[in-house]
Amino acid sequence: MKHYARRLKVQDNINTDYVISGRYKFKIQDPKELAKYIFQDIDPEFAARVTKGDVLVAGENFGCGSSREQAPQALKQAGFYAVAAKSFARIFYRNAFNIGLLLVECDTDFIDDGDEIELDIEKGKLKDKAKGLVFDIKPVPSVMKKLLEDGGVVEHFKKYGGFKFD
Amino acid sequence: MGKTIAEKILSNHAGRDLRSGDIAICDVDFCFGQDGTSSIIIDSFNKLGIKKVFDRSKFYMIIDHSAPSPNIGVSEIHKKMRTFAKTFDVGMYDIGCGVCHQLVPQKGHVTCGDLVLGADSHTCTYGAINVFSTGVGSTDLAITLASGKNWFRVPETIKVTVNGKLPKGVYSKDVILHIAKDIGSNGATYKAVEFYGDAISVMSVDARLTISNMAVEIGAKVGLMEADEKVLKWVKERSPKTPKPVTADPNAKYSASKVYDVSKLVPQVAKPHAVDNVSDVTELSDVKINQAYVGTCTNGRLEDLEIAAKILKGKAIHPDVKFIVAPASKEIFLEAAKKGLIEIFVKSGCTVVAAGCGPCVGTHNGVLADGEVAISTANRNFKGRMGNPNSFIYLASPATVAASALTGKISDPREHKKKL
Repeated sequence: MKHYARRLKVQDNINTDYVISGRYKFKIQDPKELAKYIFQDIDPEFAARVTKGDVLVAGENFGCGSSREQAPQALKQAGFYAVAAKSFARIFYRNAFNIGLLLVECDTDFIDDGDEIELDIEKGKLKDKAKGLVFDIKPVPSVMKKLLEDGGVVEHFKKYGGFKFD
Repeated sequence: MGKTIAEKILSNHAGRDLRSGDIAICDVDFCFGQDGTSSIIIDSFNKLGIKKVFDRSKFYMIIDHSAPSPNIGVSEIHKKMRTFAKTFDVGMYDIGCGVCHQLVPQKGHVTCGDLVLGADSHTCTYGAINVFSTGVGSTDLAITLASGKNWFRVPETIKVTVNGKLPKGVYSKDVILHIAKDIGSNGATYKAVEFYGDAISVMSVDARLTISNMAVEIGAKVGLMEADEKVLKWVKERSPKTPKPVTADPNAKYSASKVYDVSKLVPQVAKPHAVDNVSDVTELSDVKINQAYVGTCTNGRLEDLEIAAKILKGKAIHPDVKFIVAPASKEIFLEAAKKGLIEIFVKSGCTVVAAGCGPCVGTHNGVLADGEVAISTANRNFKGRMGNPNSFIYLASPATVAASALTGKISDPREHKKKL
């Protein structure tokens, strides 16, 4: 599957209220339905532009604020294959891998909306095919890789009857 | 090399020696969810296929974010939580009991040296009573509910020292807003913060909880303080658990150190739409307000209500201002009533709502109209936080909020300093 960049207008400090507002998360239980309302308060047209396999592109401190797991869940349900940002807030970081959404930390300044993206986690590279640029990804911790391989923390736990990281 | 408080508490709960950067599985002493996160906790727990919770005395659910329920969707979530609590025989604080971050320490569920997880980002609050407490998502919490454990990356620690005598009209909220301005909203991401200094030592436990509550607003995992006599007395009065106070070693390794002198600090205000977008109150005297709010896990405690009441006593709020007060717990509500504070609020024109999160999360109890401006004692002023992306939220101390409600614009509480 080909992956294309979807770059947010606002790049830094995107909090989880912005990913999915409290107005919707208390009202709508179905994650697929919730996915229609992502970034409503900062870029109301954004959700309609997302297609399956896209990579969300953001700046520093993505996912700060509230611990709501609806944030990564709504991004996953919207069709995102991964989020690429310069840095992530910690609760969001855990939540995303726990539900099987890949996050990569790298320089995102030069990635434009619509650029075709290739991700190689093993080699630690993000390639912007439109620009012919290759960026180093900060190594994904082995714990996170394991959770992702197993399809999230619930599947990991069921598979091993507990945590198994070595 | 010595160890930080975070390194020691996590080591104690992993049963082995840990240093920052290590990843370990730890035993968790207490965990909880609220009505914004418990629905997914229940779903994830059910997906695990485990038939009982690890220890029914170590888990609570709290209905505080939208309580009483404003709509059918929320009512269904509340019903689901009540059914789960009955089925698994676990504890629950229903509507009107208060905010989770007030109830967890006040009801004695945690004590010094504990390791606590909450499915709410402001779980870092109990760092003020020497608890390593941090927020996680719902599925993380479900894992702990099933197993009593979770995995932790031991954080590096930033040492923050706050010295100097706070001037009249300046409070712990002003201190943490000042620190947020300096460190920035991601300055402590993935890290623990330890707070020291004579300005902290003289503060009440209530005031310290305000500071640790906002540690997450600079990205921190937890905002820890040492357990002095005041803290030990506070927890012993509330919790049957034996405190296990943890101090940092003198030669502990910190990733950074910051020292602040607050003896000349003026009241601080965070402007829309970021917590670290902070100015002195004196720079904002032209800003008109439509709504004032005293409450939340940051500033809804008795001391906060007392400060606001002192300023409001015998006066009427500005006719263009709606003023909402939400005590942080039922016990605080009752105490405030006994002390005559509720009467002061109501007589001055405030609307006192149920103990809980009030309008902070934007689901009920005072949603703003387009273009409206609120000044609030909460911890977040993100765009849309109070329910409308076309409104504006300023954050300040209870004193600044009360002073502003009287004039209808952002006002300096030091003008009332004879009363404070």
